[in-house]
Order: sequence, then structure tokens, then C-alpha cells
Amino acid sequence: MASQELKSADKNFAELATDLLSRARTHGATEADVMVADGETFSVQVRLSAVDRLTKAREKRLGLRVFFGKRSASASTSDFSKESLDRLVSDTCALAKAVVEDDQSGLPDGNLMAKDQPDLDLYDPTSLETEAQIELARRGEAAALAADPRITNSEGAEFDSSSGRVLLGNSHGFLGEYRSSTFSISVSPIATAPESGSMQQDSWYAVRHRFAGLDSPESVGQEAARRAVRRLGARKLSTRRAPVVFDQEMAAGLLGNLCHAASGYALYKGASFLIGQLGKRLAPEFVTIYDNGRLPGGLGSRPFDGEGLPTRKTTVVERGMLTSYLLDTYSGRKLGLASTGNASRGIGESPSVGPTNFYLVPGTTAPAEILRSVREGLYVTELIGFGVNMVTGDYSRGAAGFWIENGELAYPVEEITIAGNLKQMFADIEVVGSDLEFRGRIASPTIKIREMMIAGT
Amino acid sequence: MSTQETAELAQFGLGELEIRQALGRVKVRDVDYADLYFESRVSESVSMEEGIVKRATKSVSQGVGVRATAGEKTGFAYSDELTRKDLEIAADTARYIANSPQGAGTLPVTHRQRPNRDLYPAETSVADIATHERVDLLNLIDAEARRYDPRIKNVMASFNTEYKIVVVATSEGLLVGDVQPLSRLQVTCIAEEHGNRQIGTFGGGGRVGFAFYSERDRYRHYAREAARQAILNLSAVDAPAGIMTVVLAGGWPGILLHEAIGHGLEADFNRRKTSAFSNRIGTRVASELCTIVDDGTLPFRRGSLNMDDEGTPTSRAVLIERGILRGYITDRLNAKLLGIPLTGNGRRESFQSVVLPRMTNTFMLAGESDPQDIIRSVKRGLYAVSFGGGQVDITNGKFVFSASEAYLIEDGAITKPVKGATLIGNGPEILTRVSMVGHDLKLDEGIGTCGKEGQSVPVGVGLPTIRVDEITVGGTKS
Repeated sequence: MASQELKSADKNFAELATDLLSRARTHGATEADVMVADGETFSVQVRLSAVDRLTKAREKRLGLRVFFGKRSASASTSDFSKESLDRLVSDTCALAKAVVEDDQSGLPDGNLMAKDQPDLDLYDPTSLETEAQIELARRGEAAALAADPRITNSEGAEFDSSSGRVLLGNSHGFLGEYRSSTFSISVSPIATAPESGSMQQDSWYAVRHRFAGLDSPESVGQEAARRAVRRLGARKLSTRRAPVVFDQEMAAGLLGNLCHAASGYALYKGASFLIGQLGKRLAPEFVTIYDNGRLPGGLGSRPFDGEGLPTRKTTVVERGMLTSYLLDTYSGRKLGLASTGNASRGIGESPSVGPTNFYLVPGTTAPAEILRSVREGLYVTELIGFGVNMVTGDYSRGAAGFWIENGELAYPVEEITIAGNLKQMFADIEVVGSDLEFRGRIASPTIKIREMMIAGT
Repeated sequence: MSTQETAELAQFGLGELEIRQALGRVKVRDVDYADLYFESRVSESVSMEEGIVKRATKSVSQGVGVRATAGEKTGFAYSDELTRKDLEIAADTARYIANSPQGAGTLPVTHRQRPNRDLYPAETSVADIATHERVDLLNLIDAEARRYDPRIKNVMASFNTEYKIVVVATSEGLLVGDVQPLSRLQVTCIAEEHGNRQIGTFGGGGRVGFAFYSERDRYRHYAREAARQAILNLSAVDAPAGIMTVVLAGGWPGILLHEAIGHGLEADFNRRKTSAFSNRIGTRVASELCTIVDDGTLPFRRGSLNMDDEGTPTSRAVLIERGILRGYITDRLNAKLLGIPLTGNGRRESFQSVVLPRMTNTFMLAGESDPQDIIRSVKRGLYAVSFGGGQVDITNGKFVFSASEAYLIEDGAITKPVKGATLIGNGPEILTRVSMVGHDLKLDEGIGTCGKEGQSVPVGVGLPTIRVDEITVGGTKS
């Protein structure tokens, strides 16, 4: 049951796309694009050393978008039979005729399409045997279970491998294709407090395009255990204002909020707190944020975006000033700006905007030093809930972490909220840590925010 | 052979013999149970913004999920091709977990009992409504919302429909199918005044026909509510921070039950003993006033199903009875391993996902208090009417949910609207602080979607007006 190489010979996607584009033209479409993707995934979940679940699948999908002048519609199917694709073309064209003209709609200009398609090191053909993959998950969980006597139970460990390819073609004659693979491991142990019997769960993970680049299962398991155990004995805090330090993962979450607000779609709809802020100060001088679609091996890297435009490095915040939004062709036209190559797209959907590798440039202060600089404050290691209002920037989320006293982590805390306003929070960044690590498409070093409202007892 | 299931199977280009062969191949010696889940889904969406219906999409997918269980182990494979060969590959993957040789026989189909009710007759499906009718509906909504107040600057509305045919075949001889329509109409308004910009959202839906949205002027109501919320938020003041008495209005605030109680009572977490509610059956987890059920049998509701995705008829499961924890919600695997009854809560997002115990419509039964009296009983507190999303940490029981419409209560009267505040609490504790329950049980409008292990399924919630004596309110104002 080794994961099989994708057989390109199965179906020639390029031919399929070219054929559909020409059929759309025959139906009267003035422009069109086609996306085809396939892939396979193999996932292993182990719990308390036994195999809990094996999942294996191959799937494929094709999406067509057509334009009749300024009218447009999209459709997709997983059935590549001739009858199904005939229906897809006629359905999509019928849908497009039913919607209203939209002046800004259309493909990007033909001369802007990606010309080079660099190899960004996104694909690793390593194929893992079932038993090997089970063993990797088992090792991760075993390391967590052995790390501390207070680790008493487990929600298991998971090892996933997947690979696939994406092809995009449009009526300008653009045709691009790339492959990618992903290997990931996660471990979710449960710690129990010996005295009270109360439980805490936490987890840790690693994900890479290349199998060889993945952290060892043991290091992931040990980190997961450390994170679960340190939460035991958490207390509530009384309501107060205090400085708040966001760890790497939570700081990345804040950057994710910024990403959302910087999306051209949120902006032209009037649904972002960043409206009218281009060229203005968002954060202190030492804050610089990039979106780089061409980082070799980056989890958000790709040679071209969801419209076939070349990806690139965009400076979103330069020395504290908001210098660019994230845009695709449509949202760019609505705002009178050029696309930044950030079209992100599900098969059969219109493009939207998404980050590639979006990150805050690290500073020089080690995270331990940041904590040492806090006399009394909160170190946030978990945030839950959806209390972020993109329109106003109002922010209020459930939090857990540690209370800091005299530069030391004094005790774990939970069942509190932290609240503020994103605009103010970015303006209030006091320190950016030196610890940037990419574990996803959005990454940040540890950051310290001057003060937020903490609600508790 | 002329049953409805046979007709539904034909939809997938398959006959009963192929099903029996595939089940025979996967249900080998050490496999306790196996099933095939066939699904065909057509989803359509039209959306409007800036007064223009700009987008229309349609998506078609079909496939089969094959599963085998052996003890606590599950083998699962899926395929979007439905040829005999694909079924065999999937079956071989699924049975790998049992370390058994390939099966060769066929398994009989002995019963094909449909639930003797249809909660959402398929003729009411919205799947065949012409696109221009959907477009017209969105245009009416835009006009209605803008008419509400000139400060409404943008209206975004979307209408989504889904038409799903499923067939479940099990190694226990069950062959049963269902046709599951689902639709949702959602309106978002942005209001602006002197640079202050605010958002309001409202919507509804269910397993209902297109006419539902015009009945009782629903679509106008959605448009006006979204506009009203956006306008209201223009004058909202900062929310308080700290412990307060909170009155939750009926309907959608039932999300409290979903987050604080419901997830923690899903049987998978309790089998693994990783829930804050593990081993607490028969103990008090709420005040006497609280009786909470999960009911998948309510006609036309978004969370309802004739049968769950394992072919088990849905039911009304009592989770908490007068404050005492009574039971968990189950799928087959966890019910069997725990030795507890099937409740018809085995659900999956699609053929590409595994079955998990999931909620359907979760609500608290009505009490006896007058809602006005409940508000009057509060000297200083928060009255929360509508919420955005919520989330829970199953293991330590901490949950949050964020208010999108809330007011201060001062001396028993509702006063100023406050900006969105997040409420945070502990699942096993929060309902012990419920001191009044209204007689006004209300179910939500039909927009809920629940996420678990990356799978989204439609759900419903409901609540009468209740008073919670103490809950932490996460505002910005001391």
C-alpha cells in the first residue's frame, strides 16, 4: 500500500484544459480559464500506540470559469467523463448569462501572465510505506507519553503525506502546472494534575514539503508534552490592564488578522479597518512585514497565483508604514491598483485573495529576553473563539497562557479574555523577537504589545 | 428490487450485486463492521454585492467512502470514481487495518428500512429553481436593506443551495438512502456614519423549498435585521470587562449549549476519556431548571436528518435532564465500544470524511419564567441577543462565544447597545449558574455550521431566554 506516484499519463491535464477552453469559446464565451487538480493523501492516526485510523484517497477536480463580456460564472466537477464535461460547459455558460454585468470582471491582461515558472522546491517524490508511516506517528506519540509522568492520556498522533498537481490554463494561451507534496506530523497528549485530576490537552506539529526537512517525531512529541504539562494548575486572573506577550503561534494569528484586513476584497467592500490607511503608519519603525510567494520550500510558495500571474515578494509594511494591500486582478481593479499576485483559488471558484508566505521580519531580542523585560504581564500561548471584527478592528478573544512576574513565568492562567483594537495593538507593538520560524504560510516571531484589557474574575 | 434505494443506486451507475461484492471484499474475518457511503452532491451559489449579482457558481461531486472497523481501529478510503475497480481498491485499503486476507464472497442485503417519516420532502427542493429567480430575490434584499436607512452603504447577500443524494450499505445487511436538500440565505450590511463603519449580519434557511424565503416575508426580515444590527452598532459603547450577570435571549444564543455542553458530550471524546464531561453521567452539571436535548427529527430544520450518515434513524437524545447529565450522542463505533445506545448522530461532511458523533439541533426546553421578568431581575448586567461564532477546548471545558448584538442592563431595564464582547466560561460549571429559564423557547433561523476535525456539518441550536448569574465578559472597559 505504498503511496503511488501520480501517473501523469492517466490524463493529460493540458489537453483537457485546452479542449475545454475551446469548447467554452464555441459556446460564445469571450474569455475563460480552467483549473485542474488531482492528488492523493494517506493519513495515519495512532492512539495509545495502536492504529486508530488509516485514510487513503485519490481525488481530482476540474473547474471552469467563463466570461461573456462582463458577465461571469464558475462551475466544477469531479467527474471527467465526456458527458459530465459537456454539461459543465453548458451549465457554466448558462449561469454566466443569468448574472449581471460587472465592469471590472475579466481575466488579467494577457501580457502580465507568468512567463517563468521557477522550481520552488515544493515537491518531494518520497513515498512512505504504510508501516513506516504508522511507525513515525507511533514514535511521536510514544515520545509524548514518555516525556512526563503527568502525561496520562492522548488524543493520538497523526502522520499525513500527500501529493498532487495543479494546472491552470486560460484563453490568453497561458498554461502552467506545478506539483507539490506535504508531509506532516502532529501529536496531542493529555496531562492530568495529580492532585485535582483536572486535564489539559495541547499539541505540537511539524509540516514540510520535503520529508527530510521534517522535525523528528520525538522532538514533536516532547514539545507537545511540554506544552500540555505546563498548563496544569492554571488559575484565573482578576480583571486588569497589562502588557501582553504573544508567542510565535499567537503572533502569527495576529498577522493572519492583518492579512485578512489587507485583502483587496475586504477593502473595496468597506469591510476592513485598514480602509484609507495605505501609506500611513500602522506600527512602530521596527515592524516590517513581507508576503513572499517565491520562498524556496515555503509552505505558501507557488510559481504563479490563482489567475496565472507571477508570484513575487510584496512589502506589506515597511518600517511601520502600510505600503501595500494584498490584491488579485478584480479587487485591484476595484481599488485602482495592480494585482500583487495574491489570487488564491479553490477549484471552480472565482479568485479571492490569500497570503503566500506572510511574515514579520525578526528583530534582535531573544524571546526569553522579552519575557525578562516584563515586570507584570501576560504571556499568551492559546487563543480561542472568533471575536475579531474586521470592519472595526475590535478584538476580544478567549486566552490561556502564563502570568509573568518579575520577568519569570509565575503560573499558568486560563478562562480569561484579552481585548483591544487591532489598529491600536499593531501601533502598540513594543518588541519584535528574533525567533522567526515557518510552520505555516503565516509566521511571526514572539511580539510584545504594550497593554491590553484582560478580563477574568 | 424496485425499491427507492435501487433507483438511488442506479444514480451512481451501480447495482445491488456490486454493492454486495464490495462489502464481501471488505468485511473479512477480523473486521467487525464495514460500510459503503455513496454520495452525489450538487451545490449552487449566487451572491450579490454593490447592488450587482456578480457571482454564480455550481459544483458537482460524487463518490464513495468505504470503511471497515476492527475493535477501535478504522480503515477508511474514498474515491471519486465509482468503477468496480475503484471500489475494490478502496475496500482493500479499508480492510488493511484488520490484517486479514482479501474476502471473496458477497454479503446479503437483508433490510432496507427507511425511517417512516420524511422530515424534508424532496419535492420542496430548491435545486431546480431557475437562476434568475435567485437573482431577483437578492435584488429585492438589496433594495429592502438600503431602504431601511440611508447610512447602509453596502449590502452583501448570498443564496446557497445543496442537493445531496446518499446511499448507505452496511455489512449488517442495511441498504438505505436519503435525499437531503439544504439551503441558506445570508445578508450582511455595512453602515457608515462620520467615518464610523459597522457591520450587521442576518440570515436563515433549512431543508426547505425556495418558497420558504418569501413566506412570512422572511427575506425582508433578514434584510431589515442585518441593516438594523449594522445601524445599531454605530451607537454601541465599549463592552465592560469582568464577571457579570448575563441574560441570553432565545434562539441563536443557544450556541452556548452547543459549545459549553454539546461537544463535550460527543461519545468519541468520552470513550477516550478526554472530555471535561468524561465519567460524569448521572452527576449534576446544570441547575434543576435545565433540560437539554439534541433532536435530529424536527421537520425542515437545518440540523435535521431522516437518518444519520450510517443509516441510523435520527432521534431526540436527552443530554441533560433537570440538571443531571443523562447521555452522550453517538455514532456506531463509539456506541458499540462504550456499550451505549445509538442516537443517530453519526455524521460526516462528505464521502471524503470519516463518521464522527456530531450534534443535530441542540436546545434547552422552555421553563416557566416570563422573559421580561428575567431582564427586570438584573440590577447590572448584559443582555446578549445575537452571537457570532464560538469555540470550546473539549479537555478543560473552557468555551468562548462572541456577541454581535448586546445591551447593558441597568436597574432591570435594557439601556445602551455595547460593542461585541466575548463571553468565556467553563462547560461543566456554567449551567449550574442558570437561575431563570423563560417560557419562550426559540430555535435559531437556520444558519449554523459546526466544525470538528476539519469537517463542517449543518446544525441548529435553540434556547429560551435564560439568566446566567455569573459569566466573564471580555470587553475593553474596566
